[in-house]
Amino acid sequence: MSTVLDPKIPAGPLKEKWDNYKNTIKLVNPANKRKHTVLVVGTGLAGGSAAASLAELGYNVKSFCIQDSPRRAHSIAAQGGINAAKNYPNDGDTIWRLFYDTIKGGDYRSREANVYRLAQVSNNIIDQCVAQGVPFAREYGGLLDNRSFGGAQVSRTFYAKGQTGQQLLLGAYQAMSRQIGAGNIEMFSRREMLDLVVVDGKARGIITRNLVTGEYERHVGDAVLLCTGGYGNVYYLSTNAKNSNVTAAWRCHKRGAYFANPCYTQIHPTCIPVSGDYQSKLTLMSESLRNDGRVWVPKKQGDTRRPQDIPEEDRDYYLERKYPSFGNLVPRDVASRNAKMATDEGRGVGETGLAVYLDFKDSINRLGRDTIEARYGNLFEMYERITGENPYEVPMRIFPAVHYTMGGLWVDYELQSTVPGLFVLGEANFSDHGANRLGASALMQGLADGYFVIPYTLGNYIANQSLPDVSTDADAFGEAESAADARIQKLLSVNGNKTVMEFHRELGRIIWDQVGMSRTAGGLRQAIDQVSALKEEFWQNVCVPGEPTTYNKNLEFAGRVADFLELGELMARDALSREESCGGHFREEYQTPEGEALRNDDEFTHVSAWEHTASGHVLHKENLDFENVQLTTRSYK
Amino acid sequence: MAHSMNITLKVWRQAGPDAQGGFETYSVPDANEHMSFLELLDVLNEQLIKEGKEPVEFDHDCREGICGSCGVVIDGVAHGPQQRTACCQLHMRHYKDGDTIVIEPWRAEGFPIIKDLVVDRQAFDRIIAAGGYVSVNTGAAQDANSIPIPKDDADLAMDYATCIGCGACVAACPNASASLFTAAKIAQLSLLPQGAPERTMRVTNMVDQMAKEGFGDCSNHAECEAVCPKGISISAIATMRREYMKAMRG
Ligand SMILES: Cc1cc2nc3c(=O)[nH]c(=O)nc-3n(C[C@H](O)[C@H](O)[C@H](O)COP(=O)(O)OP(=O)(O)OC[C@H]3O[C@@H](n4cnc5c(N)ncnc54)[C@H](O)[C@@H]3O)c2cc1C
Ligand code: SF4
Ligand code: FES
Repeated sequence: MSTVLDPKIPAGPLKEKWDNYKNTIKLVNPANKRKHTVLVVGTGLAGGSAAASLAELGYNVKSFCIQDSPRRAHSIAAQGGINAAKNYPNDGDTIWRLFYDTIKGGDYRSREANVYRLAQVSNNIIDQCVAQGVPFAREYGGLLDNRSFGGAQVSRTFYAKGQTGQQLLLGAYQAMSRQIGAGNIEMFSRREMLDLVVVDGKARGIITRNLVTGEYERHVGDAVLLCTGGYGNVYYLSTNAKNSNVTAAWRCHKRGAYFANPCYTQIHPTCIPVSGDYQSKLTLMSESLRNDGRVWVPKKQGDTRRPQDIPEEDRDYYLERKYPSFGNLVPRDVASRNAKMATDEGRGVGETGLAVYLDFKDSINRLGRDTIEARYGNLFEMYERITGENPYEVPMRIFPAVHYTMGGLWVDYELQSTVPGLFVLGEANFSDHGANRLGASALMQGLADGYFVIPYTLGNYIANQSLPDVSTDADAFGEAESAADARIQKLLSVNGNKTVMEFHRELGRIIWDQVGMSRTAGGLRQAIDQVSALKEEFWQNVCVPGEPTTYNKNLEFAGRVADFLELGELMARDALSREESCGGHFREEYQTPEGEALRNDDEFTHVSAWEHTASGHVLHKENLDFENVQLTTRSYK
Repeated sequence: MAHSMNITLKVWRQAGPDAQGGFETYSVPDANEHMSFLELLDVLNEQLIKEGKEPVEFDHDCREGICGSCGVVIDGVAHGPQQRTACCQLHMRHYKDGDTIVIEPWRAEGFPIIKDLVVDRQAFDRIIAAGGYVSVNTGAAQDANSIPIPKDDADLAMDYATCIGCGACVAACPNASASLFTAAKIAQLSLLPQGAPERTMRVTNMVDQMAKEGFGDCSNHAECEAVCPKGISISAIATMRREYMKAMRG
């Protein structure tokens, strides 16, 4: 039965909600914190910051990650920067403005109260990171430098060269390491969470697999924090790290956590294009390149001349033509969709025809090569390293790639899922970005959740519960471990003819074609059938050699692909049920005469949260009430 | 069009930490110049899986040269022939049709082999846990702009901070020393006012931990700097020594 979910937003005016909340929650007695064990799964920005902060408060923390070290979580790869409403440049930024930009950028599909809190704590994040020794870029006066990012009209992005994620993550990792050294965090690396253990309706533990020995381990806790990142790898090719996966979230989903807005995915416009079938992942090029590069394709279909031989009159600078006021700086979803249109028309470039040009010739002529090198030198070098082409001389070839997933497990204002005691942080939850995320705001959200939100909301949960001792011998642990083992044994015993990678690639192609940059009812129905057939075939024909008792990466991947197959189907269902276009979700049936996204606010101003039941998925809704901002249509013409 | 190449690989295979290892020879007939080095290993593994054999284990994650997961010795050089490049960012256009490539794991007492090309680098985490941080609890920070830091210091700190913890420096060092890795963190924090009050403790604890983990001493071969994918300068090691001497003198 479909229900309406209560996000438990605190009372009071928007600006006072978070303070009101903090003023009224119950606190855990400091002497008692040690007695409470918190299981933190994931050590990215969200998990790393949460584990460190909770250990500092005195909780007994156990942390888990897939990689050999917590420092290697996917967050490490973020390049561009992190937003905060510090207003150091005095250019008119405020908490309200950061809040408003995020709500609008999300195409009015996020929750006001959460986004406002995010903007409020953004400034504390920068303070915290600087105190940890994060070497942010500075000006000659010794103060912090800011840049503008992702179309914002103010400069509010803090950065550390093109390696902001790395530096922020190392800050959190070092804070964690201090607590590990002090014995307050017990670290379990090379572990994969395979199930959530629910006892008396509450999340009380997890099952992990030791990826070196294959042993299963049972961990008991008073709460579980899921900080396991996004599910972009469902597309096979994405900018996510190879280990990024949906497994932990999906297993929680099957234990009762609702999955919200799975169809909201972000496709980033400036990535290095695919070069062949062996391609294993895609590399993002910072979108700052669009400040000085001009996007174009040949006017004629199938024009195979070298770019330098195509004269001006035969080129189509389509973004400048269609969006004269924003030009090459339109938001990510608009830029991506237009690149797809150009290649669909047969005007794509390069060996595969799946690319458009990003040309710096005019900027180099205008500003000089030195200026361009100072701005983008490291990106140009990276491009040349991968493609073997020199972008100072020939235009870059770029194409959109999957980059971020706004959907995730549904959480209320306290970041608690529909399973009591299971909290979800960072990219793994659905909370703050609506249907489209703005640049430099995922790092902000991950650290906000971990450093400044969960320490309060977790305390309130624990203080209000009776949490009787649970033993790892409890039936629920045995049942979950057996289920995990049965899956692993099954994967090893199919002994079919197709590799895990072949299945993953096929799944990726279906989802990319039908649940990618533009979607139709017919295509989505087809995708549902195709994915479900592929899932069936997977369990009959996958080939996973090797043993369960040694390091076996292919076996790990097999389990993750199995879960992606189930998620893929739900993504298509969600996209089918959302009969409107908004943010990254573009349904061809719902567009303006000019081809822009057309929202349907009367019927779809809600979060879609899917429940997993024995007989299939059931849709629940959270209505989004906008009390402080007015819904408008985004226009970048 | 991309050129197809036939590549022969001699790969170190070792079933487990205590098993006897050895080289196996494989041929990959349809490599191509646009592939990355790890994609070449993917293609090899697909071949092996299709034959019902166990794929070659190697660590990898970001494939963008930033996470520090990957790392193998290629023809005797940690991360392979291209300078300042982690092996995930090495591309096959640096090889030609008919080449033979030898691939081995990092070899060092501090990095025991787990399987094939995968080693255990947790010693690095323990070195950081011994002091590679600033002691500041969440919420205890003052405004980020209250302490200006000269741009040159901040930039230099950033250069040291880019270490990805891959371990190539250890693999390349004749003494299997972890000095470059350890010194990079010490040098970064020594440049910033935030870490100053605990600098003495930091350097002593981290250097002691490094020795405990079985890594050797530095005797200035500079092989580490030559293979470091992030170009961390050995000037970090000089800074570490200076900090250590200061700490010893009290
Ligand atoms: C190339 C790139 C560039 C980006 N640049 C920016 C940017 O400039 N600014 C910005 O704001 N955002 C950026 N983003 C987005 C941002 O980096 C991510 O959204 C964010 O880092 C996610 O952090 P997280 O902590 O939620 O998860 P992650 O960093 O993905 O961490 C997930 C953690 O969970 C663990 N884990 C996963 N599954 C399991 C399991 N089953 N068992 C145990 N452990 C598990 C992993 O080991 C890891 O430790 C970028 C993303 C990409 C791909
Ligand atoms: S110093 Fe260089 S080689 Fe050593 S771990 Fe760091 S990045 Fe790798
Ligand atoms: S795989 Fe991340 S550095 Fe090579």
